[in-house]
Amino acid sequence: MAATSLEGADAPQPRTAKAAPRAVGRLRPWQVMIALAALFVVISLARQLSGGTDLTSVGQWGGTLSFAMPIGLAGLGGLWAERAGVVNIGLEGMMVLGTFGGGYVAWHTHSAWLGLLAGIALGALGGLLHAYLTVTLGVDHIVSGVAINLLAPGFAAYLSKLAFTTPAATAQGGGQKQSPPVPGFSRITIPGLSSWLAHLDAHHWFLVSDLAGLIGGIVTGLSVITVLAVALLIGSYFVLWRTPFGLRLRSCGENPTAAESLGVNVYRYKYAAVLVSGGLAGLGGVFIAMVNSNFFLDGQTGGRGYIGLASMIFGNWRIGGLAAGAGLFGYTDSLQGRADTTSVHALLLIVAVLLIGLALWNGYRRRYLRAGIGLAIGALVVVWFTATKSLPAEFLVVTPHITTLLVMGLASQRLRMPKADGLVYRRGQGT
Amino acid sequence: MNANTKPPAAAERPAKGLGKGLGKGIDREKLLLAVAAPVLALIATMVITAIVLLCSGKEPFGALRVMGTYLGYSDYQVNTLNQATTYYLGALAVAFGFRMKLFNIGVDGQYRIGAFFAAVAGGAVNLPAVLEIPMIMVVSMACAGLWAGIAGWLKVTRGVSEVITSIMLNAVAGSVIAYLLNPKRLALAVGNDVRTPKIPDSGHFFSFNLAGGQLWGFIIIAALVGIGFHLLLNRTRFGFDLRATGRSESAALASGVNVKRMVVVSMLVSGALAGLIGMPQLLNSSYQYSVDFPAGIGFTCIGIALVGRNNPVGIAFAALLFAFLDTVANPLQFNGYQVELVPVIEGTIVVCVVGTYEVVRRYGLRRQQSRVGEQLGRTGPTATDTAKGVAA
Amino acid sequence: MHAVVGENGAGKSTLMKILYGMQRPDEGTIAIDGEQVALHSPADAIARGIGMVHQHFMLADNLTVLENTTLGAEKLHGIGGRARARIQEISQAYGLGVRPDALVEDLGVADRQRVEILKVLYRGARTLILDEPTSVLVPQEVDALFDNLRGLKEEGLTVLFISHKLDEVLKVADAITVIRRGTTVAEVDPAGTTSRRLAELMVGSELPSPEASESTVTDTEVLAVRGLTLTEPDADGVARTVLDGISLTIHRGEVLGIAGVEGNGQAELVETIMGMRAADSGSVVLDGKDISGLLTRARREAGIGYIPEDRHRHGLLLEAPLWENRILGHVTEAPNSRRGILHPSAARQDTARIVAEYDVRTPGIEVTAASLSGGNQQKLIVGREMSGDPALLIAAHPTRGVDVGAQAQIWDAVRDARRRGLAVLLISADLDELIGLSDTLRVIYRGRIVADADPATVTSEELGSAMTGAAANGNERPEGDTP
Repeated sequence: MAATSLEGADAPQPRTAKAAPRAVGRLRPWQVMIALAALFVVISLARQLSGGTDLTSVGQWGGTLSFAMPIGLAGLGGLWAERAGVVNIGLEGMMVLGTFGGGYVAWHTHSAWLGLLAGIALGALGGLLHAYLTVTLGVDHIVSGVAINLLAPGFAAYLSKLAFTTPAATAQGGGQKQSPPVPGFSRITIPGLSSWLAHLDAHHWFLVSDLAGLIGGIVTGLSVITVLAVALLIGSYFVLWRTPFGLRLRSCGENPTAAESLGVNVYRYKYAAVLVSGGLAGLGGVFIAMVNSNFFLDGQTGGRGYIGLASMIFGNWRIGGLAAGAGLFGYTDSLQGRADTTSVHALLLIVAVLLIGLALWNGYRRRYLRAGIGLAIGALVVVWFTATKSLPAEFLVVTPHITTLLVMGLASQRLRMPKADGLVYRRGQGT
Repeated sequence: MNANTKPPAAAERPAKGLGKGLGKGIDREKLLLAVAAPVLALIATMVITAIVLLCSGKEPFGALRVMGTYLGYSDYQVNTLNQATTYYLGALAVAFGFRMKLFNIGVDGQYRIGAFFAAVAGGAVNLPAVLEIPMIMVVSMACAGLWAGIAGWLKVTRGVSEVITSIMLNAVAGSVIAYLLNPKRLALAVGNDVRTPKIPDSGHFFSFNLAGGQLWGFIIIAALVGIGFHLLLNRTRFGFDLRATGRSESAALASGVNVKRMVVVSMLVSGALAGLIGMPQLLNSSYQYSVDFPAGIGFTCIGIALVGRNNPVGIAFAALLFAFLDTVANPLQFNGYQVELVPVIEGTIVVCVVGTYEVVRRYGLRRQQSRVGEQLGRTGPTATDTAKGVAA
Repeated sequence: MHAVVGENGAGKSTLMKILYGMQRPDEGTIAIDGEQVALHSPADAIARGIGMVHQHFMLADNLTVLENTTLGAEKLHGIGGRARARIQEISQAYGLGVRPDALVEDLGVADRQRVEILKVLYRGARTLILDEPTSVLVPQEVDALFDNLRGLKEEGLTVLFISHKLDEVLKVADAITVIRRGTTVAEVDPAGTTSRRLAELMVGSELPSPEASESTVTDTEVLAVRGLTLTEPDADGVARTVLDGISLTIHRGEVLGIAGVEGNGQAELVETIMGMRAADSGSVVLDGKDISGLLTRARREAGIGYIPEDRHRHGLLLEAPLWENRILGHVTEAPNSRRGILHPSAARQDTARIVAEYDVRTPGIEVTAASLSGGNQQKLIVGREMSGDPALLIAAHPTRGVDVGAQAQIWDAVRDARRRGLAVLLISADLDELIGLSDTLRVIYRGRIVADADPATVTSEELGSAMTGAAANGNERPEGDTP
């Protein structure tokens, strides 16, 4: 009896509360601002040291913005679907449908906006198919997505040949695999300011020119669709996290059985989410075909649907993180398109600085092993930077892919996806 | 129609025949349901394709007639079999992962990495044929397997979904090859073409000389791999563990399967099988890796594996179907249809098959449950209890 | 406050699902306040003032209490400040003590249940259905719950209470309905009945009881667990001690029962002994051989049979035929395979033997495991795990969710094996089962063995109280077992 009472005497932590702070994965706004500012200083410093002027030029930032948008839109589509518990790897296919729908209708009707609507509608149609297969029939989400990715490009290629090899189309430059030029959307350039910023940018002053480049990139030739996309990102946050509709939708991704028991029509919300998802991917496709280009081209998406999905995972199924991921991928995408090998090479310097910074942070947190590894890799990258003059162009193309692999390999344990994400849910089967 | 084309078709048959005879007590209904799904899917595909053709102002039955006609031509039969050999191997690679719910979407990158390094190795050394050919195959399987192993390793150690990593690795594989396939590195520039050194004659696989053309001897390897796949999965402990993991990872874990090891091993094996995809092309046809080495086969193979229900017999049929559709694309073109009709048909088949399989599977499960309940209701003493348990 | 009692599988939960609109009745009517209604969905039921607290909580872990509460009832007070105020108001009125902005995953079981009750009240329910509300609570928490429920009753609410724990029912109910095999067998006034009488009504005949016969415990140690400690990261990645220096010994012919409220480390203990989780320290010795470093398969081969807690997730391949389920977990053992090659015909034969010996009701061994009833699935598992003469059987909740007949058969099987010298580690939430079958009892609380009890003398109440960690009236521990 003595032993047991002793055992019972020392009460460990209370049963309900956990001592851990809930900061993991969620940063406060001011922390994000400081981190972004620090990153900017690092890039600026790298530009100054290496002379890779394109790292922060007006063109580079403008390119970042326009390359990031399709990725961000696809990622946002993924976020909608996965928050409702449906994994949507079919984003790529839906994006392809978007490029065709936009290209065809815009050319046919001479209206960019009708093209936009058609792209969204075709993307949503792909979403409808995915929703039917996964929600109504209960097919595995990955299998369904892969099937859609096989089907959609086939249809787009078939229809494009049908639509763009007519005499009327070929006369305007259409062909088997591409549409004639299509009307674009209006772009916003602030007169005076843009040119002044470009002028400032050309001076290459530390931080000042870099900042001018950044702002100039935003206010020069800004497409209205970019504005729309940003609005959709912000709007999605409010809809998903601040409205009853969003609450219901997210509950389907966390615990559909519970949602059903409270009278939520889980199928309907999943359908809605996947339809929106397809529409957003379609809009991403429209962006590729009609903003970053001015015609539809077969295979134009180049796997950006997958990158979008990756940026969503990178962003921990949250809008802010997703935007950051899309921005990062857009930045490298944009830089690789610029003919400035010095700037590309300077990327190594940025990576090295970031790695060493992270290592120091780990050292401060007494995680010496990680700190050591980080320092070693950082040092290697510095050696690589000093020993070479340029980066092989072949590898620059896959920077987003390698970044995704690294981020997922290093930070995957911190990520938290919706609890019922990817699980097939059948109505009435919960206990 | 040509009598000469018969032997190869017969050579494929042993692989198919094996599936039967195995399950002694196989329910006739189960078999019926298994056949019903693909048949339903094919009918649905035909209807959809007909609608697509009608909408684009073409005559649907004409397309079917063209296909029927060319099915009888021996050169088209040989081409179909050659193409099917490649598809069969690829779909087996995909199916191997799918059987344990491991989505190796990266088959495409894996086979290109494998074929590239195999071509480099084959072009660099000249061994007797008995060594040269296995050496090339082993290099390809090893490189492709290791490439797939990266995704497996990331999944096991870092918990990252293999779906995303293998897609990313596809792109990376492309750039690795682009970097190395350069006259400054591992390739030669011959005229406009950039390619690896030719593989010596000892590295050429034999072909059958048929009236319809050269039938790649690699079809025999493909058939053997199919048989091996079946035996490994259904007759060995390893296969049981793999299937158990696919059916329920949690139950497999509790039963003593080392799931992490299984993931890595399966990814390696799936990748190694993917390494065979490029071999028929490399050893029976091109003998080199150049910029125009076929790409994108991996994705088609995913579709074929799904249509063939991850089963070596089903995949054989699916591979033949897809290969035939591919070869008949050009004749369709001559007859006023479009080459691009083929991907539409293939994509539609995959989507329809995926849907009908799921519907039929659920129907079969429900039906068996209610039949068991019925049967016990008549014979068992505690019928009410059991029936209720089933209904709940 | 009306109680519905019945055995497992008597149709209680089905009845509740019908009342809550989750299933539709084939025949019959439901009247609320004298008015006949048709309930097509939970939404209908909610609109009629019916609220349900499910046995398995219906809460989304990653959402806050506020979000969980307002979900589906957003129209009432929105999802913002007004809703928060209303929740606090209800919480105070009924003494529920709920914090609206806490994440549900941070809450304990009793708190989650209060959130469930709050959800129902928030929707203005006048009739509360509680499905087995006490199964996850310790007796002290049960008392607190009953206080809450009495408070609700005084406010004029109707409470429908489903249970198979008769003492509790007699304690709180104003009227009792007994159901068996889907029909009402009696309406009883709690004042004029005893739990013995109720139990007989429930079972329909004399009670099967898990009485173990005379002791068969020997001196031969089969399993010796020493200082087993396990830490695992929780959802936040913070390491938490799940098992804390557990030591126990089981002899040949001994059944050692582990009592404890669910979630105190029982599942982790079992899975650590099975090698499914890696212990941080401590050793597991089976038949004198240290198996701490072995993988699950090697441990099974060394002679451990395992009846998992959740047979659907861990015990069966639901879509595979019975004979393949026979192989599951024993793929390396005779007669299932030899030198890496499967032996399907032998496995089929042996499955037929199990089906006959353990009275598995099935039309054949080619049907899928999913088509069997829970009791028959469990009998198949028991038969499988007893094959190959294990030295140790780990049985986690072996009779959970099975019908009375199967329950008795499973108990018999365990007793038989024990007589033949099997050592058994028994985990159960059913205290009567534990007391009836075990030779020795240990109480686990927050990953530690906090008390021992002698099943011959201990009562359910004493055991229950030890399970809360109070440990005041536990029995003494035998020497040598202290770490």
